[in-house]
Formats: sequence, C-alpha cells, structure tokens
Amino acid sequence: MDATELQAIAERNRAARKRIRLHCCTSSGCQASHSLLLKQGLEAAVQAAGLQDEVDVAGVGCMGFCGQGPLVEVDPDGLLFEYVTPDDAPAIVAALSGGDAPGVARGNLRHPFFARQQLVVRRNGGKIDPERIDEYITAGGYQALARALHDMTPADVVDTITRSGLRGRGGAGYPTGLKWATVAKAAGERKFVVCNGDEGDPGAFMDRSILESDPHSVLEGMAIAAYAVGASQGFLYVRGEYPLAIQRLQKAIQHAKKYDLLGTQILDTAFNFRVDIRIGAGAFVCGEETALMASIEGRRGQPRPRPPYPAEHGLWGCPTLINNVETFANIAPIISNGADWYASIGTAKSKGTKVFALTGNIRNNGLIEVPMGTTLREIVEELGGGAPDGATVKAVQTGGPSGGCIPAHLFDTPVDYESLAAVGSIMGSGGMVVMDDQTDMVDVAAFYMAFCMDESCGKCIPCRVGTVQMHRLLKKIAAGNATSADVALLKELCAMVKTTSLCGLGQSAPNPVLSTLTYFPEEYESRLRPR
Amino acid sequence: MQRARLATIWLGGCSGCHMSLLDMDEWLFELAQHVEVVYSPLVDIKEYPDGVDIALVEGAIANEDHLHLIRQARERTRTLIAFGDCAVTGNVTALRNLFGTPDDLLRKVYAAGAPDGPVPREAGVVPVLTQTVTPVHAVVPVEHYLPGCPPDAGAIRAAISEALQVSAIETQRK
Amino acid sequence: MSVRTLSINGQQVSAPAEATVLEAARDAGITIPTLCHLDGLSDVGACRLCLVEITGSNKLQPACHTRVAEGMEVQTETPRLQQYRRMVVELLFAERNHVCAVCVANGHCELQNLARALGMYHVRFDYLSPTCAVDITHSRFGIDHNRCVLCARCVRACDEVEGVHTWDIAGRGVASRVISDLDQPWGESTSCTACGKCVLACPTGAIFRRGVTVGEMERDSAKIRFIVEARNQRW
Repeated sequence: MDATELQAIAERNRAARKRIRLHCCTSSGCQASHSLLLKQGLEAAVQAAGLQDEVDVAGVGCMGFCGQGPLVEVDPDGLLFEYVTPDDAPAIVAALSGGDAPGVARGNLRHPFFARQQLVVRRNGGKIDPERIDEYITAGGYQALARALHDMTPADVVDTITRSGLRGRGGAGYPTGLKWATVAKAAGERKFVVCNGDEGDPGAFMDRSILESDPHSVLEGMAIAAYAVGASQGFLYVRGEYPLAIQRLQKAIQHAKKYDLLGTQILDTAFNFRVDIRIGAGAFVCGEETALMASIEGRRGQPRPRPPYPAEHGLWGCPTLINNVETFANIAPIISNGADWYASIGTAKSKGTKVFALTGNIRNNGLIEVPMGTTLREIVEELGGGAPDGATVKAVQTGGPSGGCIPAHLFDTPVDYESLAAVGSIMGSGGMVVMDDQTDMVDVAAFYMAFCMDESCGKCIPCRVGTVQMHRLLKKIAAGNATSADVALLKELCAMVKTTSLCGLGQSAPNPVLSTLTYFPEEYESRLRPR
Repeated sequence: MQRARLATIWLGGCSGCHMSLLDMDEWLFELAQHVEVVYSPLVDIKEYPDGVDIALVEGAIANEDHLHLIRQARERTRTLIAFGDCAVTGNVTALRNLFGTPDDLLRKVYAAGAPDGPVPREAGVVPVLTQTVTPVHAVVPVEHYLPGCPPDAGAIRAAISEALQVSAIETQRK
Repeated sequence: MSVRTLSINGQQVSAPAEATVLEAARDAGITIPTLCHLDGLSDVGACRLCLVEITGSNKLQPACHTRVAEGMEVQTETPRLQQYRRMVVELLFAERNHVCAVCVANGHCELQNLARALGMYHVRFDYLSPTCAVDITHSRFGIDHNRCVLCARCVRACDEVEGVHTWDIAGRGVASRVISDLDQPWGESTSCTACGKCVLACPTGAIFRRGVTVGEMERDSAKIRFIVEARNQRW
C-alpha cells in the first residue's frame, strides 16, 4: 500500500457510488432509538421501490443533532429527517422522487445548530460508514499519514503540530507540540503512544461519538504521533461502557492492518506501529494519565505523584505520549492542511475548534464543534436554541465534575482555555450542561460532589475523605440544617482538597462548589439556620 | 474576692471524668477558694442557673435531655469546656452509632432473639435517643477542649486554672 | 557522590543529589510529619502530610517524593501547611472508628501522635461511623479495619520487603479496604508467611499481634529499614 494505492481505492469507491445516499445514523444514541431497524427498513423500502441501483443506504456516524434522533439525511439533496421511526422508512424513500414524506419531521441543515459549526474533528461524522475503511480513505483518510511518512521527518511533524497551536483536548490544554517534542527528545529504546478514551464526565459524549463515527481518524492521528516521537506500540484505552466504540475500533484496527496502515512496514516504509485496545473497567480516575498507565500495566488504577511525567517516565518506565481522542482526531487535518490553516482558527492562545456535548435544559441537545472563542451565548442561545418550554437559562456547567457553573450574566465569555479559567471553570473535555431557572445550585454542587466521592480512588486522604465531608456539608445545607459555621468549614475544606489532593480528580472536585458559592451565594445563605 | 461560678455537667459519659476531677485531691480545697459550684452532679441543684462563668461538660450528646441541657448551658455560660473524650469526640458513647438508628439499637439491646419483643419507649419517662451520638461541639459552640479518657487530674487542674485566670480578667473588664 | 545545596526554612542544608526533600530535612534535624512514608519502603505520596512549599512552584509538593535540587528553597511550616495537615488528621479521625480509649495501640499510635503534634484537638466534621470488619482468623495476628488509615504501608512491606504481596487494596474511595490474597480471611491466605512485617509497618492499631495487651503494643517500625539496609549492604 502506498499513497497512489490509497487514491486508487478512493477513486474506485467514488465510482461505485450510487446517485443518492441515505445517511442513517447508527451511533449509540440513535441505535437506542431503533436506528438499526430503521436502516433495515430503509433498505427494504429501497428494494420495494425498485431503487436499489440508484439509492444506497449507509449506516453512518453521529450527525450531532442527537436530541432529534434518529436522523436520516439525504445526500446530496440536503434533506434531513428527524425523530425517524422504522415505520417511516417507506415514506422517506417515497419522498426521494420528489414530494413530501408525510408524518415525518423535517430538519433544517441551515439551522444555526449546523450552520454555525466548523467541522475539523467531526469532519466525517454523519457522512461515512465508520465500519468501512474504504469510506474513510475516500474521504481523504490516511493521506496525512502517507504525507508524514514520505515527505516529512519526525521533527517536521512535531514542528507542524507545535506551530498549529493545538492544545490537549482532554481538559488541561497542555500544548500538544511541546508534549510531542518532549517525548521525541526523551532517551529510550522503547516508547509508547497512548490514546486516552476514558471519557467519563457526566453529560459528556464527544469522544464516544468520535470513536464510533470515525475510528480511523484517531488511529491515523496516533500513527502520525508514533512516527513523530519514535514509538512503535500504541494503546487505545477505552472505557468499558462504550461497547460500540470498542467494536468499531477493533474492526478499524483489523482493516488498517490489512491495508498495511498499521502494523509493520506501514505504507511501504520502515515505520512500524502496532495498536492494542485496553478496556477500562469503570473507574473515572483512570482518565487521569498516571492511573490510566497503571491500569494498562495491569495494576490497580491509581494515580501517582508527578513529576516524573509520562513523557519521561511512562508505561513500564518508558517515555510515553498520552493524548486524548479529540486531540488525535485533530492531527490528520493539521498535517494535510498545514499548521497555518489550523492556527488561523480560534483565538490567540486557543487554536482550532472544540467539540462540545450540549446537554441539560436546552432545546437542541447534541454534539457541536465550534471555533475556539465562540461565546457561551452563541452556543447556548443560537446553536442550542435556549431553554425549552419558555424557561430561562440560569447557568452552564462546563468541564464536568472538575469544572464550574458559569452564570448567565457571564455568557459573553468566549470559550477558550484562559477565559473559562478566569471565570472559575475549565474547558475540560467538552461537557456543557445547561441549567434553567428551576435548577437548584446547591443540589447541582451536591450532585457533582457525589460523583467525585464515588469515583475517588481512595489513595490520598484529602480526596478520599474530603469529598465525602464536602458532600455531607452540601446535603446539610440543602436540607436547611446548616449554619454559617458549616459554610465556613465547607470553604476551608474546598481550599484544602483543591490544594493538597494528589491528582486532578481531587484538585478539581471542589470547583462546582466554589463556582456556585461565588455566583449563587444567595442559594446557600437563604437556607442557613441561626446557630 | 468574688468567686467564679463553676458548673460541671454530666451528659452521655461514664462519670469517669468527674472521678478524675475529684482526683485533684487537696487542690480541691484551693479550688473551693476560687469557685462556687453552682451546678453539678456532685451537688443537689436541679435547675441550671444563669450567669455561669465556666462549665466542664462531660459526655457526648446522646439523647434529648442532653440536647436540652447543653443548649440551656450554652445560653447561660461564658466558657464551655468539652471535658474528656466523650465530650470531645463522642468516644465510647458514640460507638452505638455503629449499630444504626436508635430503633435498631433498642431492638438489638432489648429485643434480641425476640423480634416482636417490647422496646422501652415511654414518652416522658426514658429520654428519647438522638439519631446519632455527637460530640458537644457538633451541637453548640465550645470554647476549649480537654481530651483524655479520662483527662488526668493534672490536665484538669491546668485547664481550670487557665480558665479561671481568663475568667478573672474578663470579669474585671465588665 | 554529588551534593546539592538547598535551604529549608531558611536553613542552609546540603544533601546527596538523589536524596528527597524529606531525607534532607531529617538529616538537618527538621521534622516534617509523615504517615504513609516508612523508611525502607517505596514512597507513594498518599497521605499529603509531608507537603511543603517550594519557591517557584505554585503547587505544594510531597517532600517524600520530591528530589532535592540546587538552590531549592523549601518551607515546611507555613501557617497554610499547618492548617492543611491538621485537616488531614481531622479527616482521618472522622473516617473510621478511631476510639483511642478502647484501642490496643493507645499511647503507641502514629495517628494519635500526629494529632497531638499538629494540635488537632477536636474534629469539626461528621464522624462517618462506618461498619468495618475485624478479621482474627489468623492464628497469630488480627486486623481491625476500624482503625485502618489506608496508608498501604502493610501492602508495601509485604510486597517489597517480604516479597509475597499478601496484602492489597480493594474497592475505592472511603469503601477501600485492605484485603489479604483475593479478599479471603487472613487465616485462609495461602501466600502469607506470618512474618509479621505488616504488624511492624502499621502506624495504628489496625494490624496487631493477638493476645498482646495495650501496654505491650510497642512496635519497632525501624526494623523494616534495618532489614532492607542489611539486605542491600551484604558483603
């Protein structure tokens, strides 16, 4: 396999395309609403209408508008159908030859929800069949890997990533190029590349969607990274709660190996790269990189103090590059389109786009990808359409249990790493939970604290016991049994847990409390009883 | 010289701390020069008086009577000293928390082996147990903590002396 | 042996390049409180008591897990550190059932000593009062989980010094428990050699020798270090 063969596959595939493609979403969300049955129904309806030579039915990845699923899109007509049931299949097929599909809800692809997005990571979502490598190749897939291997030195690749300004999409926003350079420079015969797919924030499903919708984009990113840093072994750590993602990744790895895009002598070069999947067993803390590595090594998934950082002392003591799913999915487009192109998107310090899972009290639920620097107001009001049923939006929680609640009066805050930190939240991995005026902020804080308390690994004392005590104090406040002394103690404990915990889980666990205390103090104070 | 008004309170504890208080032996005579005992299990006064300067509180909060008395004491006392481990931490008295709710506990104690057996619950006769046993400071603010099970006589003497000096200064200021 | 010069609480200290801040401080007679650290065992940085402030770092660093560096400026006793340490001990006392009055280790307990040394006189948090098991299935030893602080010193002593790894930790958060083998009763453990190193390593009364009275509960945890050093310095 070389680059010309890749192109040949793409051309063959393009030539075999029929006039019309029905894109039927087969991601987890839509599958839960019977989209597999729907797909079969569409295939049967196409047969019944005698259109099998003209119409293809493709099971595709996520289109993003998850709250309105299952979704069916007609390519190239640009028709979108929402809330489709298997029974609607004949009507949709009938509508292909002009006319209506009575009784089937019609979506609008020019709706701001779609129109305001800029797709880099989710470029293939809803367009290709994630289980067919040929479709990825047809969409330009693996060309970036070919370019890196044939036309660039590892140092060129690192330099391109550095100049692109890409920062880690796992939450902390560490400059990706810098990390790659550190691993590339680190001494060691063996090096590893690890993809962190242990997405676990409540309400976050960006990485699941990427893995389900476009697994090859992640594999290609990993392979390019391995070439750049000098690694020959990769691990994809995916949480066990994502069975469809795991199944599609397994298939993708198999297909890529068959095409010599993974394995030995990749694309007829001396570059070897093997990828294995490791399945998480349900611990949120394994998303923390040192705990994740312990888990891959077969040990108890607990973090250890850093330094040393994985870049120098990672898996089995070897230099290890760890990036998350979305970061890797950004790599191929950067190599293909160049660092300058990528750096032209976003803000001065936060480049590119970011995928968010927009959930909660919001009209348009789903996945969106917008340039960095888009304001919360644009996301919530324009793309999200505001709160349903005439309610007003009160706050947005970004960054999951590690993040904070941002009140509506700060919605002009642009979404980038520094601006979100400045208002007491974090970018996080991209969960965005919208809350309306009926939401009780003390309850919200207690909810996230319960999550952290359950997920604390128990190694360090501040997180193990501190989260339980913070939760108790929050429950006491919510029940109206607390005094001002309890609030003072809660604040003191928050500061202590934040400052002294061993890993990010504990260090960020107080954030939902601190941000709600800052922005909604009256919700706490109004419930206190005199001591 | 005006003597300070001292109270000692016996809540959910074994009275060992009070025994340790008596272990101060001859210093008790000196103490008597400086304080007037206005309320204590050691004297026969039924009602917690007003204007107490210092109160030593032995025992944890285990029932409604304790709650009532400690709240009253808090209102009428300048300096509360949590006296001994039960008052400071809950200690042995709080071990009952491991057996669940008061109802679980009473069943375990009075009706073990006889699931339908009687459990003493006569209102106004036996004090109602609180949901959990807590240290004193979980219910009312406490000024000082004197740990030990029991605190030894020397420590009690030091604590009282200190409190008396502070009390004298505060009384002068008034 | 290369040497690094640093300052701890304003005092000039020199230490071998591979020394930790904790070792450098102790050599200089400066006490930093610890709980999960035990000489002779690997360091895990879990108890957070030895956190220190280092000029130029916005994060507190565990002294047991931080190497000395030339020109490093370390503060070990700032008001903030003292406050956090007291809270760590407070949280531990609230977590399980540490009732000193009825504990075999009363008077010989590192947790109790820490409370005293750090001035932790009372616990402001709710006591969690969990129901924890006591395992006395072993003929010579017992483990009372009510008194366990999850420092994992027993786990490391068993794994790193005795080499059998009978102990490990199961569960997570406050539900974590030290377990023997695959969560069998200690007496049924097939890996345990009954060497008693876990008893030496335990800072509280959680792991104890059976039939020993409170007055006899003294344990010499320095023996762990002695064993490790004797093994490494054989000639």
